[in-house]
Amino acid sequence: MVQPEIETVETDVLVLGGGMAGCGAAYEAAYWAKTKGLKVAIVEKAAIERSGAVAMGLSAINLYLGMRWNQNKPEDFVHYVRQDLMGLSREDLVYDIARHVDSSVHLFEEWGLPIFKNADGTYKREGRWQIMIHGESYKPIVAEAAKTAVGDGNVYERIFAARLLLDAKDPSKIAGAVGFSVRENKIYVFKAKAVIVTAGGATGVFRPHSHGEGLGRIWYAPWNTGSAYSMMIQAGAKMTQMEHRLVVARFKDGYGPVGMWFLLFKAVLKNAKGELVEQKWADLLKEWEPYGSGKPIPTPLRNHQMMADFRAGGAPFYLMTDEAMQRMFQEAGNDPKKIREIEADAWEDFLDMTMSQALIWASDNIDPAKAPTEVVLTEPYLMGSHASGTGAWVSGPEDIAPKEYFWGYNRMTTIKGLFAAGDGVGGSAHKFSSGSHVEGRLAGKAAVAYILDNGATPTVDEGQIQAIKAELWKPFENYEKGKSGSTKDDINPNYLFPKMALHRLQKIMDEYAGGQGSQYITTEHMLQKGLDRLKVFKEDLQKQAARDLHDLLRCWEVWDRTWCAEAHMRHMLFRPETRWPGYYYRADYPTLDDKNWKVFVNSRYDASKGEWQLEKVPFLTNVS
Amino acid sequence: MPTYVNPDKCDGCRGLARTACMYICPNDLMKYDADLGKVFSKEHGMAFNQEPDLCWECFSCVKACPTGAIVMRGYADVVPLGATLTPLRATDSIMWTAKYRDGQTKRFKFPIRTTPWGSINPFKDFPEPSPADLKKETLYGEPKWLMVDQLPTLKK
Repeated sequence: MVQPEIETVETDVLVLGGGMAGCGAAYEAAYWAKTKGLKVAIVEKAAIERSGAVAMGLSAINLYLGMRWNQNKPEDFVHYVRQDLMGLSREDLVYDIARHVDSSVHLFEEWGLPIFKNADGTYKREGRWQIMIHGESYKPIVAEAAKTAVGDGNVYERIFAARLLLDAKDPSKIAGAVGFSVRENKIYVFKAKAVIVTAGGATGVFRPHSHGEGLGRIWYAPWNTGSAYSMMIQAGAKMTQMEHRLVVARFKDGYGPVGMWFLLFKAVLKNAKGELVEQKWADLLKEWEPYGSGKPIPTPLRNHQMMADFRAGGAPFYLMTDEAMQRMFQEAGNDPKKIREIEADAWEDFLDMTMSQALIWASDNIDPAKAPTEVVLTEPYLMGSHASGTGAWVSGPEDIAPKEYFWGYNRMTTIKGLFAAGDGVGGSAHKFSSGSHVEGRLAGKAAVAYILDNGATPTVDEGQIQAIKAELWKPFENYEKGKSGSTKDDINPNYLFPKMALHRLQKIMDEYAGGQGSQYITTEHMLQKGLDRLKVFKEDLQKQAARDLHDLLRCWEVWDRTWCAEAHMRHMLFRPETRWPGYYYRADYPTLDDKNWKVFVNSRYDASKGEWQLEKVPFLTNVS
Repeated sequence: MPTYVNPDKCDGCRGLARTACMYICPNDLMKYDADLGKVFSKEHGMAFNQEPDLCWECFSCVKACPTGAIVMRGYADVVPLGATLTPLRATDSIMWTAKYRDGQTKRFKFPIRTTPWGSINPFKDFPEPSPADLKKETLYGEPKWLMVDQLPTLKK
């Protein structure tokens, strides 16, 4: 076993993760850092040009207000989010993203992102908040701006950030992070005055629909392994809404997006008998007031209607792409040129961001203009930037936040100098790509302000570095020590490989924590049993084995997902109600309880004791 | 549909600074193997997908491969065989060709960028930052880049 070399990097601002939020953070921090010649470094486990959830591109920007054309005000967006998330979000954070987001979108266009336009020069909208883009190169363009802003020497790619470091003299403060290269035997110690966690939310915590070669064909990027949450949980940052997962309706097997079809093409969802699911189950919504009668129908309630129809024998479900496209062809007077344009828009929606859907159509001989496509509900995800409120409990902006939600610097966590953005910040879903970028920028600016006010050089304990090094490299040791125990590598009593560990985690979560295989249902007893199984699983994770750096990366990704799984189960256990039917059901508490539970559930893990503390935190807002 | 590498076309990016697919894959799947060419009686190394069941079909490697050697094959446990989807990415546009299982073909071309690659000047036309502005709520370039007179706020 080759011991790793240790390389120490000293910087002022350290950005962990190079997705949309990370690029925003690096970009904005680099600008303000110029005031005092501060250094900004960005760390990414892949190549920033194609990393994060937008790696392959997008066909729409899901959040753009259009304030310059008086299309929307920030308050309007808060009202929409309030309704879709069944009442609970940090409205100060949501408002803050909404009021800034247009500036990032305008910069994207300036940098070279092609945006669809109407004849009057306004952006072409897919829905009230969404605009259409030719987004194949969305991420490479945003990456170019970020990398140019911080300078080549400050970009660290193919380095997996594994642990946050607290200050040796004052553990209430951040001191940096430790990661390892996935290309050479090297551990990186980053010493920093401020750290911004913009790493990914969690996919792969629950068992997906396909378990064979299609294991990776899930709705959201499989390289988003929950490291944003895992790193902050282990460092002792306060987390919020870790119970708030999301489940989405998507085209079957390809998981292609449905937003454009519903919003722009006005396609409808029908069951196998040709009934409109939303109409058939309209009465179900009355059980979930005040959100049930609000518009638009919240995403979990739409899922809830589909689940009810599934139990009543309505499946399979179809998105009527054929009806929608034929209607649009007719409206265009069946002009061949216009038909071609409509068809190109329909296909680009997938070819920009979910190419597999296009290949599945081709493989199934489906022409979406002539036949509908099956729709199913996905397994659950924890995505603080998308539609679950999972993430760190952070300070809001001074001019907007209730005083209880403000402690000095926008987007700073409960650890001094530790900031978050994107998937990392909880209680503020519906940021999507543009909102994540702008939230990264908010954190980037605040991090520089923090450093100028509190500029002490961090103290790092060398003993702690050595301990982390030994821990990170243990899977190599497990393999070397254990491999002589069997004539075949992958069946050995001394260790397990990360792929089997991943399957085991997904099985526990699917069966006990309300996965799609359990119809999203769980109870106190099920969660307790799941936590028991997770405890034993974590003991076995100490025996994970790695043959090479790729295996080592996977070992630590499984750990990240496991921390997310544990936080998720503990939070669900703490909330005795069903707030988001269609995302999950507490069968022992099957109703919504606004009177007692319209509150945030926050948690903190105390690493010194190995204990979790959970608490109710009042919901406050200054947005009327 | 996980990627596979066509051994007739992969030259291991010899002569280039790095193996394109290995550099770009977001999930650390594509791997260069210096000895793999020997299996096919070639003197150069080749790349392969080391973990197809964690491939998300993002096509990043397919688009980046300089010899067009990387192809998608539908997930064997999910997708019927026989169809192909092939991108051809230029500096300002991308062309996609979808060939159906039954033989029909569809082709689409979309723009990808309106400015030259490498042309971004991140903080163009904006003054040097001042520490006083650090305490304000405005981000770099705001309100100019918001294209409204001022940043909205709430009356508390």
